[in-house]
Amino acid sequence: MSEYVDGLDTGASVGRVEKQYYTFGEDGQGIVLDSGRMLAPVTLAYETYGSLNADGSNAILVTHALTGDSHAAGYYSKEDPKPGWWDIMIGPGKPLDTNRFFIICANVISGCMGSTGPGSVNPATGREYGMEFPVVTIGDMVRCQRRLIDHLGVDRLLAVVGGSVGGMQVLEWSVRYPDRVCAAIPMATTVKHSAQAIAFNEVARQAIMADPKWNHGDYYGTGERPELGLAVARMIGHITYLSDESMRRKFDRRLQDRCELSFDFEADFQVESYLRYQGNKFVERFDANAFLFLTKAADYFNLENEYGNGSLVAAFSRATCRYLVLSFTSDWLYPTYQSRMMVKAMKKNGLDVSFCELEAPWGHDAFLLPNPRLDSLVTGFLDRIIAECVSGDR
Amino acid sequence: MRFDLQVIASWIEPGSRVLDLGCSTGALLAHLKHEKQVQGVGVEIDENEAGEAIAKGLTVIHGDIYEEIEDYPDSHFDYVLLSQTLQQVYSPERLIHQMLRVGDRCIVSFPNFTHVKNRFQMFFTGRAPVSKELPYQWYDTPNIRVIPIADFRRFCRRLHVPILKEVAIATHHHDSKGRVVSFMPNLFATFGIFLLGKPEA
Repeated sequence: MSEYVDGLDTGASVGRVEKQYYTFGEDGQGIVLDSGRMLAPVTLAYETYGSLNADGSNAILVTHALTGDSHAAGYYSKEDPKPGWWDIMIGPGKPLDTNRFFIICANVISGCMGSTGPGSVNPATGREYGMEFPVVTIGDMVRCQRRLIDHLGVDRLLAVVGGSVGGMQVLEWSVRYPDRVCAAIPMATTVKHSAQAIAFNEVARQAIMADPKWNHGDYYGTGERPELGLAVARMIGHITYLSDESMRRKFDRRLQDRCELSFDFEADFQVESYLRYQGNKFVERFDANAFLFLTKAADYFNLENEYGNGSLVAAFSRATCRYLVLSFTSDWLYPTYQSRMMVKAMKKNGLDVSFCELEAPWGHDAFLLPNPRLDSLVTGFLDRIIAECVSGDR
Repeated sequence: MRFDLQVIASWIEPGSRVLDLGCSTGALLAHLKHEKQVQGVGVEIDENEAGEAIAKGLTVIHGDIYEEIEDYPDSHFDYVLLSQTLQQVYSPERLIHQMLRVGDRCIVSFPNFTHVKNRFQMFFTGRAPVSKELPYQWYDTPNIRVIPIADFRRFCRRLHVPILKEVAIATHHHDSKGRVVSFMPNLFATFGIFLLGKPEA
């Protein structure tokens, strides 16, 4: 997800929040990953907003996109310049209303924002994992989230909500743990990466690996990091999150801090300068190896192969929850036809599914931006879920 | 709620499964859900209307009725509704067949083109009729078909689709009140509403 999203005051803030940690598998019995390898111990960084009600029926899991984290709403401190990444959606009176719901957001494994990832210390060697870290899948991420949900005493999630790679986790949850999910809201997402999406990720990974400072992933503690490679990787990713129209509106061919072309390789155009800025800013907060593992997990995601032996209809035959599927007109990373594919498979299973393609010029990132239509859809859908699921007449 | 929708709602048994094609903002679906505990699904091509319907807590697919209807299993619904949309449909025959594939019965309503006012307009002014029910000029109308009640009956006969029930009404299409027309409906009714059954083998 991009970094230009600033919180808008569409409702009250959840206020001060704190990052928490949950660790399991300290006895060596962690989780056997889809790759067959064991990962132990496993730590998840997470945050919660609102409170769990007495019968535990108001919990909503929010899943984050590729480079997101557990900090979905609120502020860590008074000096914090920016709230969490989905502050426009989460808070008192907002669609994910913390007066009514207990919101949970955890950083995925293989990330670098507090959960176990390639930058964590490998207990077997006493050094950071680096490329020794096992390749994880979306399924592995979700299984770890389930352990956290158990730990928090939530038997059944009212809803799982997320966009992009977060949407993949939403779909995975709904199919892997049908008994534990009442409703699912996958946004701007897909059941499997297209060749184009894999291609962009591969170029991003190659940019990192081509940086001599990457050193086969073994750079922790050297003071050197593959910052150049990671910045380029981010620039590539960032292009896919926008759209032709949003870039034209935002930058067109306007020049940056100059009135004529430089005839050298400085950033003449605003769009170049913007991408460089985004790349450099990303490097400050993100670990290159984590980026490699996360993009790989997204590329591997294939719901129809994992659960349906190649048939998406068969894969969704496991699901029982109610769905609200959302896509955005200008999303070219996961275009609407991919959402329609999943809706089709859900319908063929007689599942209760609503779908809306939202008009938005901002590209893939539209789900992170203020959108009254998005708010009303999520609010109305969740109202219904409470009426239909919590009152008992499932 | 519009009078024609009230008539349609009165034909639907409580607790049924209903597919509403072209459901707009879901007025009928919401009524059926709350008054008759119907499990309803809507299809609507307009984003604003589909979004409004979903925000009401209804199950609605934003999409094209031809494409969306194809995904449902045979006889998945008790009723499939097509309310005041037939006059805009490109392949009525194909659509009616699909409707009767996914549903046991279907309810179709449309403005009656041969209503007496339309006939007068054509006869005396020599121009394409513009009425409350068909409020468009020839150049800006979404309605690509003119459907007289009498012709619709013949159409059903040709398709071997039994008409289980039929009501002709006179009302403004936004009106919540109206009356049933039993005398010469093809001349005096503004709308026709038909309940169709599975085609006879």
